[in-house]
Amino acid sequence: MEITQHTSHAYSHELEVTRTHVLQMGGLVEEQLSNAVKALLEKDSELGAEVARNDYKVNKLEVAIDEECARIIARRQPAAIDLRLILAIIKSITDLERIGDEAEKIGRYAAEASEHLDANLILALRHLCDHVIIMLRDTLDAFARIDSERAMQVAETDLAIDREFEAIYRQLITLMMEDPRNIKHSLNVVWCARALERIGDHCCNICEYVIYLVNGKDIRHTSKEEIKAIIANTPMRKLT
Amino acid sequence: MLDATARAEGREEFSAAITHTVGKPFLEDAKFKTRDVNVFYAGAKQAIFDVDLDIGRNEVIAMIGPSGCGKSTFLRCLNRMNDTIQDAKVTGQLLLDGMDIYSKELDPVLLRARVGMVFQKPNPFPKSIYDNVAYGPRLHGLAANRSELDEIVEESLRKAGLFNEVKDRLNSPGTGLSGGQQQRLCIARTIAVSPEVILMDEPTSALDPIATATIEELIEELRQSFTICIVTHSMQQAARISQRTAYFHLGKLVEVNDTNTVFTNPSHQLTENYITGRFG
Repeated sequence: MEITQHTSHAYSHELEVTRTHVLQMGGLVEEQLSNAVKALLEKDSELGAEVARNDYKVNKLEVAIDEECARIIARRQPAAIDLRLILAIIKSITDLERIGDEAEKIGRYAAEASEHLDANLILALRHLCDHVIIMLRDTLDAFARIDSERAMQVAETDLAIDREFEAIYRQLITLMMEDPRNIKHSLNVVWCARALERIGDHCCNICEYVIYLVNGKDIRHTSKEEIKAIIANTPMRKLT
Repeated sequence: MLDATARAEGREEFSAAITHTVGKPFLEDAKFKTRDVNVFYAGAKQAIFDVDLDIGRNEVIAMIGPSGCGKSTFLRCLNRMNDTIQDAKVTGQLLLDGMDIYSKELDPVLLRARVGMVFQKPNPFPKSIYDNVAYGPRLHGLAANRSELDEIVEESLRKAGLFNEVKDRLNSPGTGLSGGQQQRLCIARTIAVSPEVILMDEPTSALDPIATATIEELIEELRQSFTICIVTHSMQQAARISQRTAYFHLGKLVEVNDTNTVFTNPSHQLTENYITGRFG
Protein backbone atom coordinates (compact mmCIF):
# COMPACT_ATOMS: atom_id res chain seq x y z
CA MET A 1 0.00 0.00 0.00
CA GLU A 2 1.18 3.46 -0.80
CA ILE A 3 0.40 6.46 1.33
CA THR A 4 0.67 9.67 -0.62
CA GLN A 5 0.60 13.35 0.04
CA HIS A 6 -2.00 15.36 1.89
CA THR A 7 -2.98 18.79 0.67
CA SER A 8 -1.05 19.92 3.74
CA HIS A 9 2.52 18.84 3.06
CA ALA A 10 3.48 19.57 6.65
CA TYR A 11 0.94 16.96 7.82
CA SER A 12 2.31 14.34 5.41
CA HIS A 13 5.78 15.18 6.63
CA GLU A 14 4.80 14.76 10.29
CA LEU A 15 3.27 11.33 9.61
CA GLU A 16 6.28 10.29 7.57
CA VAL A 17 8.74 11.39 10.26
CA THR A 18 6.83 9.46 12.92
CA ARG A 19 6.71 6.36 10.74
CA THR A 20 10.44 6.64 10.16
CA HIS A 21 11.03 6.87 13.90
CA VAL A 22 9.05 3.64 14.38
CA LEU A 23 11.29 1.95 11.83
CA GLN A 24 14.35 3.33 13.61
CA MET A 25 13.01 1.92 16.86
CA GLY A 26 12.40 -1.39 15.08
CA GLY A 27 15.99 -1.37 13.81
CA LEU A 28 17.30 -0.70 17.31
CA VAL A 29 15.18 -3.49 18.82
CA GLU A 30 16.35 -5.86 16.08
CA GLU A 31 19.96 -4.99 16.90
CA GLN A 32 19.34 -5.50 20.63
CA LEU A 33 17.82 -8.93 19.97
CA SER A 34 20.66 -10.03 17.66
CA ASN A 35 23.25 -8.94 20.20
CA ALA A 36 21.41 -10.62 23.08
CA VAL A 37 21.17 -13.86 21.14
CA LYS A 38 24.81 -13.63 20.08
CA ALA A 39 25.86 -13.03 23.68
CA LEU A 40 23.80 -16.02 24.80
CA LEU A 41 24.96 -18.50 22.20
CA GLU A 42 28.59 -17.38 22.11
CA LYS A 43 28.73 -16.99 25.89
CA ASP A 44 29.85 -13.38 25.52
CA SER A 45 29.01 -11.87 28.89
CA GLU A 46 30.34 -8.41 28.03
CA LEU A 47 28.00 -8.17 25.00
CA GLY A 48 25.10 -9.42 27.17
CA ALA A 49 25.76 -6.66 29.69
CA GLU A 50 25.90 -4.09 26.91
CA VAL A 51 22.45 -5.18 25.64
CA ALA A 52 21.04 -4.78 29.14
CA ARG A 53 22.64 -1.32 29.42
CA ASN A 54 21.27 -0.17 26.05
CA ASP A 55 17.61 -0.94 26.74
CA TYR A 56 17.10 2.69 27.83
CA LYS A 57 17.54 3.77 24.19
CA VAL A 58 14.50 1.73 23.15
CA ASN A 59 12.45 3.12 26.03
CA LYS A 60 13.44 6.67 25.13
CA LEU A 61 12.31 6.20 21.53
CA GLU A 62 8.98 4.77 22.69
CA VAL A 63 8.28 7.86 24.78
CA ALA A 64 9.35 10.20 21.96
CA ILE A 65 7.12 8.47 19.39
CA ASP A 66 4.18 8.47 21.79
CA GLU A 67 4.60 12.21 22.17
CA GLU A 68 4.70 12.70 18.42
CA CYS A 69 1.47 10.70 18.04
CA ALA A 70 -0.26 12.73 20.77
CA ARG A 71 0.83 15.92 19.01
CA ILE A 72 -0.54 14.73 15.65
CA ILE A 73 -3.86 13.73 17.23
CA ALA A 74 -4.16 17.09 18.97
CA ARG A 75 -3.21 19.21 15.99
CA ARG A 76 -4.44 17.26 12.98
CA GLN A 77 -7.36 15.13 14.18
CA PRO A 78 -6.39 12.29 11.84
CA ALA A 79 -9.18 10.27 10.21
CA ALA A 80 -9.51 7.01 8.29
CA ILE A 81 -6.13 5.61 7.21
CA ASP A 82 -4.19 8.33 9.02
CA LEU A 83 -6.07 7.55 12.23
CA ARG A 84 -5.44 3.84 11.76
CA LEU A 85 -1.75 4.56 11.12
CA ILE A 86 -1.45 6.52 14.37
CA LEU A 87 -3.30 3.83 16.34
CA ALA A 88 -1.16 1.10 14.75
CA ILE A 89 1.98 3.05 15.65
CA ILE A 90 0.95 3.65 19.26
CA LYS A 91 0.20 -0.04 19.71
CA SER A 92 3.20 -1.35 17.75
CA ILE A 93 5.73 0.65 19.73
CA THR A 94 4.38 -0.85 22.96
CA ASP A 95 5.11 -4.29 21.54
CA LEU A 96 8.50 -3.16 20.26
CA GLU A 97 9.37 -1.83 23.70
CA ARG A 98 8.42 -5.16 25.24
CA ILE A 99 10.54 -7.01 22.68
CA GLY A 100 13.34 -4.72 23.87
CA ASP A 101 12.64 -5.80 27.46
CA GLU A 102 12.80 -9.47 26.49
CA ALA A 103 16.11 -8.88 24.71
CA GLU A 104 17.35 -7.15 27.85
CA LYS A 105 16.39 -10.23 29.93
CA ILE A 106 18.28 -12.53 27.57
CA GLY A 107 21.25 -10.16 27.61
CA ARG A 108 21.28 -10.10 31.39
CA TYR A 109 21.22 -13.90 31.60
CA ALA A 110 23.99 -14.10 29.00
CA ALA A 111 26.05 -11.68 31.10
CA GLU A 112 25.54 -13.62 34.28
CA ALA A 113 25.33 -17.33 33.59
CA SER A 114 25.56 -18.36 29.95
CA GLU A 115 28.81 -20.26 30.50
CA HIS A 116 26.76 -23.08 32.03
CA LEU A 117 24.88 -23.77 28.78
CA ASP A 118 25.68 -27.19 27.34
CA ALA A 119 26.11 -27.85 23.63
CA ASN A 120 22.74 -29.60 23.15
CA LEU A 121 20.82 -26.75 24.66
CA ILE A 122 22.75 -24.22 22.62
CA LEU A 123 21.78 -26.10 19.48
CA ALA A 124 18.11 -26.15 20.40
CA LEU A 125 18.16 -22.50 21.41
CA ARG A 126 20.00 -21.52 18.23
CA HIS A 127 17.08 -22.77 16.12
CA LEU A 128 14.57 -20.86 18.18
CA CYS A 129 16.74 -17.74 18.14
CA ASP A 130 17.14 -17.86 14.38
CA HIS A 131 13.42 -18.21 13.88
CA VAL A 132 12.58 -15.34 16.18
CA ILE A 133 15.16 -13.04 14.60
CA ILE A 134 13.74 -13.78 11.14
CA MET A 135 10.21 -13.26 12.38
CA LEU A 136 11.06 -9.86 13.86
CA ARG A 137 12.84 -8.82 10.67
CA ASP A 138 9.88 -9.88 8.52
CA THR A 139 7.43 -8.16 10.86
CA LEU A 140 9.29 -4.88 10.55
CA ASP A 141 9.46 -5.41 6.82
CA ALA A 142 5.65 -5.88 6.60
CA PHE A 143 5.22 -2.72 8.71
CA ALA A 144 7.62 -0.72 6.53
CA ARG A 145 5.91 -1.82 3.34
CA ILE A 146 2.42 -1.60 4.88
CA ASP A 147 1.74 -5.04 3.44
CA SER A 148 -1.08 -6.98 5.10
CA GLU A 149 -0.59 -10.20 3.13
CA ARG A 150 3.02 -10.33 4.20
CA ALA A 151 1.94 -9.58 7.78
CA MET A 152 -0.47 -12.50 7.66
CA GLN A 153 2.28 -14.85 6.44
CA VAL A 154 4.63 -13.69 9.16
CA ALA A 155 2.00 -14.10 11.89
CA GLU A 156 1.48 -17.68 10.79
CA THR A 157 5.12 -18.55 11.56
CA ASP A 158 4.42 -17.97 15.27
CA LEU A 159 3.05 -21.49 15.53
CA ALA A 160 6.44 -22.99 14.63
CA ILE A 161 8.08 -20.83 17.29
CA ASP A 162 5.59 -22.00 19.90
CA ARG A 163 6.36 -25.62 19.00
CA GLU A 164 10.10 -25.07 19.26
CA PHE A 165 9.62 -23.50 22.67
CA GLU A 166 7.62 -26.52 23.81
CA ALA A 167 10.34 -28.88 22.55
CA ILE A 168 13.03 -26.99 24.50
CA TYR A 169 10.79 -26.95 27.53
CA ARG A 170 10.38 -30.73 27.41
CA GLN A 171 14.11 -31.21 26.90
CA LEU A 172 14.81 -29.08 29.98
CA ILE A 173 12.29 -30.95 32.11
CA THR A 174 14.08 -34.20 31.25
CA LEU A 175 17.39 -32.62 32.13
CA MET A 176 16.07 -31.44 35.48
CA MET A 177 14.60 -34.84 36.26
CA GLU A 178 17.89 -36.53 35.48
CA ASP A 179 19.88 -34.44 37.89
CA PRO A 180 18.47 -31.83 40.27
CA ARG A 181 21.76 -29.91 40.11
CA ASN A 182 20.66 -28.87 36.61
CA ILE A 183 17.54 -27.15 37.90
CA LYS A 184 18.96 -23.66 38.43
CA HIS A 185 20.56 -23.33 35.00
CA SER A 186 17.72 -25.14 33.27
CA LEU A 187 15.24 -22.69 34.72
CA ASN A 188 17.32 -19.79 33.45
CA VAL A 189 17.31 -21.33 30.00
CA VAL A 190 13.53 -21.72 30.25
CA TRP A 191 13.26 -17.99 30.98
CA CYS A 192 15.35 -17.22 27.91
CA ALA A 193 13.34 -19.57 25.69
CA ARG A 194 10.18 -18.10 27.12
CA ALA A 195 11.44 -14.57 26.34
CA LEU A 196 12.05 -15.63 22.73
CA GLU A 197 8.60 -17.19 22.49
CA ARG A 198 7.06 -13.97 23.84
CA ILE A 199 8.92 -11.98 21.19
CA GLY A 200 7.11 -14.14 18.62
CA ASP A 201 3.80 -13.16 20.22
CA HIS A 202 4.70 -9.45 20.14
CA CYS A 203 5.61 -9.80 16.45
CA CYS A 204 2.21 -11.38 15.89
CA ASN A 205 0.55 -8.38 17.54
CA ILE A 206 2.43 -5.95 15.30
CA CYS A 207 1.37 -7.98 12.25
CA GLU A 208 -2.24 -7.69 13.40
CA TYR A 209 -1.87 -3.90 13.60
CA VAL A 210 -0.49 -3.86 10.05
CA ILE A 211 -3.58 -5.76 8.86
CA TYR A 212 -5.79 -3.30 10.78
CA LEU A 213 -3.94 -0.40 9.18
CA VAL A 214 -4.32 -1.73 5.64
CA ASN A 215 -7.70 -3.43 5.77
CA GLY A 216 -9.44 -1.36 8.41
CA LYS A 217 -10.57 -4.42 10.38
CA ASP A 218 -9.48 -5.31 13.87
CA ILE A 219 -8.56 -8.97 13.50
CA ARG A 220 -7.44 -9.68 17.03
CA HIS A 221 -9.06 -12.82 18.44
CA THR A 222 -10.26 -13.86 14.98
CA SER A 223 -9.74 -17.23 13.31
CA LYS A 224 -7.16 -17.63 10.59
CA GLU A 225 -9.82 -18.38 7.96
CA GLU A 226 -11.76 -15.23 8.82
CA ILE A 227 -8.62 -13.12 8.65
CA LYS A 228 -7.77 -14.52 5.23
CA ALA A 229 -11.30 -13.73 4.03
CA ILE A 230 -11.02 -10.16 5.35
CA ILE A 231 -7.73 -9.62 3.55
CA ALA A 232 -9.05 -11.14 0.33
CA ASN A 233 -12.27 -9.11 0.40
CA THR A 234 -10.82 -5.71 1.13
CA PRO A 235 -9.80 -3.85 -1.98
CA MET A 236 -6.26 -2.53 -1.74
CA ARG A 237 -6.70 1.22 -1.70
CA LYS A 238 -4.10 3.44 -3.10
CA LEU A 239 -4.18 6.97 -1.81
CA THR A 240 -3.62 9.34 -4.67
CA MET B 1 1.55 21.38 -8.19
CA LEU B 2 -1.41 20.78 -10.50
CA ASP B 3 -2.87 23.79 -12.24
CA ALA B 4 -6.62 24.39 -12.10
CA THR B 5 -7.40 22.77 -15.46
CA ALA B 6 -5.44 19.62 -14.74
CA ARG B 7 -7.13 19.41 -11.37
CA ALA B 8 -10.59 19.80 -12.94
CA GLU B 9 -9.75 17.12 -15.49
CA GLY B 10 -8.58 14.85 -12.73
CA ARG B 11 -11.83 15.37 -10.90
CA GLU B 12 -13.87 14.58 -13.99
CA GLU B 13 -11.94 11.39 -14.43
CA PHE B 14 -12.75 10.47 -10.83
CA SER B 15 -16.38 11.46 -11.30
CA ALA B 16 -16.77 9.16 -14.29
CA ALA B 17 -15.57 6.33 -12.09
CA ILE B 18 -18.45 6.82 -9.61
CA THR B 19 -21.02 4.38 -10.89
CA HIS B 20 -23.03 3.77 -7.76
CA THR B 21 -23.22 4.81 -4.15
CA VAL B 22 -21.26 2.57 -1.80
CA GLY B 23 -22.15 1.89 1.82
CA LYS B 24 -25.68 1.87 3.18
CA PRO B 25 -27.85 4.43 1.37
CA PHE B 26 -31.06 2.51 2.06
CA LEU B 27 -32.95 2.02 5.31
CA GLU B 28 -35.90 -0.14 6.26
CA ASP B 29 -38.03 2.51 7.90
CA ALA B 30 -37.04 5.78 6.28
CA LYS B 31 -38.51 9.22 6.95
CA PHE B 32 -37.37 10.49 3.58
CA LYS B 33 -36.82 8.36 0.51
CA THR B 34 -35.16 9.90 -2.53
CA ARG B 35 -34.71 7.98 -5.76
CA ASP B 36 -32.99 8.95 -9.00
CA VAL B 37 -32.80 12.59 -8.03
CA ASN B 38 -31.29 14.79 -10.72
CA VAL B 39 -31.05 18.57 -10.56
CA PHE B 40 -30.38 20.82 -13.52
CA TYR B 41 -29.62 24.53 -13.39
CA ALA B 42 -30.34 26.84 -16.30
CA GLY B 43 -31.19 23.96 -18.60
CA ALA B 44 -27.91 22.30 -19.36
CA LYS B 45 -25.79 22.34 -16.24
CA GLN B 46 -26.46 19.29 -14.11
CA ALA B 47 -25.78 19.74 -10.41
CA ILE B 48 -26.96 16.39 -9.02
CA PHE B 49 -26.75 12.98 -10.66
CA ASP B 50 -29.02 10.04 -9.81
CA VAL B 51 -29.01 10.33 -6.04
CA ASP B 52 -30.69 7.49 -4.14
CA LEU B 53 -30.75 8.09 -0.40
CA ASP B 54 -32.90 7.21 2.58
CA ILE B 55 -32.95 9.46 5.62
CA GLY B 56 -33.95 7.74 8.86
CA ARG B 57 -36.29 8.85 11.62
CA ASN B 58 -34.68 10.71 14.50
CA GLU B 59 -31.29 10.54 12.93
CA VAL B 60 -28.76 13.23 12.24
CA ILE B 61 -27.35 12.71 8.78
CA ALA B 62 -24.36 14.82 7.79
CA MET B 63 -23.67 15.69 4.18
CA ILE B 64 -20.06 16.46 3.43
CA GLY B 65 -18.03 17.10 0.33
CA PRO B 66 -15.94 19.76 -1.38
CA SER B 67 -17.44 23.06 -2.52
CA GLY B 68 -19.69 22.66 -5.53
CA CYS B 69 -20.30 18.95 -4.94
CA GLY B 70 -24.07 19.40 -4.76
CA LYS B 71 -24.65 18.75 -1.07
CA SER B 72 -26.48 22.06 -0.48
CA THR B 73 -28.41 21.66 -3.73
CA PHE B 74 -29.53 18.22 -2.59
CA LEU B 75 -30.51 19.57 0.84
CA ARG B 76 -32.57 22.29 -0.79
CA CYS B 77 -34.44 19.68 -2.84
CA LEU B 78 -35.79 18.23 0.38
CA ASN B 79 -38.08 21.19 1.05
CA ARG B 80 -38.35 22.50 -2.48
CA MET B 81 -36.16 25.52 -1.88
CA ASN B 82 -34.88 25.03 -5.43
CA ASP B 83 -38.33 26.09 -6.62
CA THR B 84 -37.26 29.64 -5.86
CA ILE B 85 -34.36 29.42 -8.33
CA GLN B 86 -35.33 30.24 -11.85
CA ASP B 87 -34.58 27.52 -14.40
CA ALA B 88 -33.74 24.94 -11.75
CA LYS B 89 -35.31 21.59 -12.54
CA VAL B 90 -35.57 18.66 -10.16
CA THR B 91 -36.41 15.17 -11.44
CA GLY B 92 -36.81 11.87 -9.63
CA GLN B 93 -38.80 10.82 -6.61
CA LEU B 94 -38.64 12.48 -3.21
CA LEU B 95 -40.99 10.88 -0.71
CA LEU B 96 -41.64 12.22 2.78
CA ASP B 97 -43.38 9.41 4.67
CA GLY B 98 -44.42 8.05 1.29
CA MET B 99 -45.80 11.39 0.07
CA ASP B 100 -44.38 12.82 -3.15
CA ILE B 101 -43.17 16.28 -2.15
CA TYR B 102 -42.98 17.45 -5.77
CA SER B 103 -46.62 16.60 -6.44
CA LYS B 104 -48.47 19.47 -8.14
CA GLU B 105 -51.21 19.48 -5.50
CA LEU B 106 -48.80 20.04 -2.65
CA ASP B 107 -48.41 23.57 -1.35
CA PRO B 108 -44.66 24.19 -0.82
CA VAL B 109 -45.47 26.47 2.13
CA LEU B 110 -47.13 23.58 3.94
CA LEU B 111 -44.23 21.29 3.01
CA ARG B 112 -41.77 23.79 4.50
CA ALA B 113 -43.74 23.73 7.74
CA ARG B 114 -43.03 20.00 7.89
CA VAL B 115 -39.48 20.33 6.62
CA GLY B 116 -37.91 23.40 8.20
CA MET B 117 -34.60 24.97 7.35
CA VAL B 118 -31.79 26.76 9.18
CA PHE B 119 -29.27 28.66 7.11
CA GLN B 120 -25.58 29.36 7.30
CA LYS B 121 -25.94 32.97 8.36
CA PRO B 122 -28.40 33.65 11.16
CA ASN B 123 -31.24 35.53 9.49
CA PRO B 124 -33.76 36.67 12.11
CA PHE B 125 -36.57 38.88 10.84
CA PRO B 126 -36.23 42.54 11.74
CA LYS B 127 -38.84 42.02 14.44
CA SER B 128 -38.86 41.31 18.14
CA ILE B 129 -37.58 38.00 19.51
CA TYR B 130 -41.16 37.05 20.31
CA ASP B 131 -42.47 37.88 16.84
CA ASN B 132 -39.65 35.97 15.17
CA VAL B 133 -40.75 32.77 16.86
CA ALA B 134 -44.49 33.55 16.64
CA TYR B 135 -44.31 34.27 12.90
CA GLY B 136 -44.72 30.67 11.71
CA PRO B 137 -47.44 29.62 14.17
CA ARG B 138 -49.39 32.78 13.26
CA LEU B 139 -49.00 32.11 9.53
CA HIS B 140 -50.17 28.54 9.88
CA GLY B 141 -52.82 29.33 12.47
CA LEU B 142 -51.35 27.00 15.06
CA ALA B 143 -52.49 29.02 18.09
CA ALA B 144 -56.11 29.79 18.93
CA ASN B 145 -55.33 32.67 21.24
CA ARG B 146 -52.55 34.75 22.73
CA SER B 147 -51.85 32.45 25.66
CA GLU B 148 -51.44 29.45 23.34
CA LEU B 149 -49.08 31.48 21.20
CA ASP B 150 -47.12 32.50 24.31
CA GLU B 151 -46.82 28.84 25.19
CA ILE B 152 -45.53 27.88 21.73
CA VAL B 153 -43.00 30.72 21.78
CA GLU B 154 -41.75 29.80 25.25
CA GLU B 155 -41.50 26.10 24.46
CA SER B 156 -39.69 26.70 21.17
CA LEU B 157 -37.22 29.05 22.82
CA ARG B 158 -36.71 26.51 25.60
CA LYS B 159 -36.08 23.68 23.13
CA ALA B 160 -33.60 25.90 21.32
CA GLY B 161 -31.85 26.52 24.67
CA LEU B 162 -32.42 30.26 24.43
CA PHE B 163 -35.37 31.01 26.74
CA ASN B 164 -33.43 31.74 29.91
CA GLU B 165 -31.14 34.14 28.10
CA VAL B 166 -33.95 36.20 26.51
CA LYS B 167 -36.98 35.78 28.75
CA ASP B 168 -36.70 39.33 30.08
CA ARG B 169 -36.39 40.95 26.69
CA LEU B 170 -38.76 39.09 24.39
CA ASN B 171 -39.81 42.38 22.84
CA SER B 172 -36.30 43.49 21.95
CA PRO B 173 -35.28 43.08 18.33
CA GLY B 174 -33.97 39.63 17.37
CA THR B 175 -31.15 41.25 15.42
CA GLY B 176 -29.74 42.62 18.69
CA LEU B 177 -28.70 39.14 19.89
CA SER B 178 -25.21 37.68 19.49
CA GLY B 179 -24.49 35.49 16.46
CA GLY B 180 -24.90 32.23 18.37
CA GLN B 181 -28.10 33.47 20.01
CA GLN B 182 -29.46 34.62 16.65
CA GLN B 183 -28.83 31.18 15.21
CA ARG B 184 -30.63 29.56 18.14
CA LEU B 185 -33.45 32.04 17.59
CA CYS B 186 -33.66 30.84 13.98
CA ILE B 187 -33.77 27.26 15.24
CA ALA B 188 -36.55 28.23 17.68
CA ARG B 189 -38.40 29.87 14.78
CA THR B 190 -38.02 26.66 12.76
CA ILE B 191 -39.25 24.35 15.50
CA ALA B 192 -42.16 26.64 16.46
CA VAL B 193 -44.23 25.19 13.62
CA SER B 194 -43.50 21.62 14.81
CA PRO B 195 -41.67 20.36 11.74
CA GLU B 196 -40.76 16.70 11.29
CA VAL B 197 -37.47 17.30 9.53
CA ILE B 198 -34.98 20.12 10.04
CA LEU B 199 -32.51 20.93 7.28
CA MET B 200 -29.39 22.80 8.33
CA ASP B 201 -27.05 24.35 5.81
CA GLU B 202 -23.73 24.96 7.57
CA PRO B 203 -25.52 26.31 10.65
CA THR B 204 -22.38 27.00 12.67
CA SER B 205 -19.91 28.22 10.08
CA ALA B 206 -20.42 31.83 11.17
CA LEU B 207 -20.17 31.06 14.89
CA ASP B 208 -17.34 30.85 17.42
CA PRO B 209 -16.41 27.47 18.97
CA ILE B 210 -18.50 28.00 22.12
CA ALA B 211 -21.64 28.97 20.21
CA THR B 212 -20.91 26.06 17.86
CA ALA B 213 -20.72 23.63 20.78
CA THR B 214 -24.05 24.96 22.10
CA ILE B 215 -25.72 24.42 18.73
CA GLU B 216 -24.20 20.93 18.43
CA GLU B 217 -25.49 20.04 21.89
CA LEU B 218 -28.88 21.36 20.83
CA ILE B 219 -28.84 19.23 17.65
CA GLU B 220 -28.26 16.14 19.78
CA GLU B 221 -31.28 17.04 21.92
CA LEU B 222 -33.46 17.93 18.93
CA ARG B 223 -32.74 14.53 17.42
CA GLN B 224 -35.10 12.99 19.97
CA SER B 225 -38.02 14.77 18.29
CA PHE B 226 -36.88 15.55 14.74
CA THR B 227 -34.97 14.16 11.81
CA ILE B 228 -32.02 16.40 11.07
CA CYS B 229 -30.05 16.75 7.83
CA ILE B 230 -27.00 18.91 8.14
CA VAL B 231 -24.62 20.13 5.50
CA THR B 232 -21.26 20.98 6.96
CA HIS B 233 -17.78 21.83 5.81
CA SER B 234 -16.36 20.81 9.15
CA MET B 235 -15.59 17.11 9.06
CA GLN B 236 -15.01 17.09 12.78
CA GLN B 237 -18.51 18.46 13.22
CA ALA B 238 -19.96 15.71 11.02
CA ALA B 239 -17.99 13.17 13.05
CA ARG B 240 -19.20 14.65 16.34
CA ILE B 241 -22.91 14.99 15.77
CA SER B 242 -24.16 12.65 13.04
CA GLN B 243 -25.18 9.01 13.05
CA ARG B 244 -24.73 8.65 9.30
CA THR B 245 -22.53 10.56 6.90
CA ALA B 246 -23.07 11.03 3.17
CA TYR B 247 -20.16 12.06 0.96
CA PHE B 248 -20.93 13.95 -2.26
CA HIS B 249 -18.48 14.50 -5.07
CA LEU B 250 -19.16 16.43 -8.28
CA GLY B 251 -22.90 16.00 -7.94
CA LYS B 252 -22.78 12.29 -7.20
CA LEU B 253 -23.44 10.58 -3.91
CA VAL B 254 -20.25 8.56 -3.47
CA GLU B 255 -20.72 6.93 -0.11
CA VAL B 256 -23.21 6.77 2.74
CA ASN B 257 -22.27 4.91 5.88
CA ASP B 258 -22.42 4.97 9.64
CA THR B 259 -20.38 7.93 10.76
CA ASN B 260 -18.10 5.65 12.77
CA THR B 261 -17.29 3.68 9.65
CA VAL B 262 -16.78 6.72 7.45
CA PHE B 263 -14.24 8.26 9.82
CA THR B 264 -12.30 5.10 10.64
CA ASN B 265 -12.60 2.93 7.57
CA PRO B 266 -14.42 4.50 4.62
CA SER B 267 -15.24 2.22 1.70
CA HIS B 268 -14.57 4.55 -1.20
CA GLN B 269 -11.21 5.92 -2.20
CA LEU B 270 -12.66 9.40 -2.79
CA THR B 271 -14.19 9.52 0.68
CA GLU B 272 -10.87 8.43 2.14
CA ASN B 273 -9.02 11.13 0.22
CA TYR B 274 -11.46 13.84 1.26
CA ILE B 275 -11.67 13.11 4.95
CA THR B 276 -7.94 12.63 5.31
CA GLY B 277 -7.23 15.90 3.52
CA ARG B 278 -5.71 14.45 0.36
CA PHE B 279 -7.90 16.34 -2.00
CA GLY B 280 -7.59 19.15 -4.53
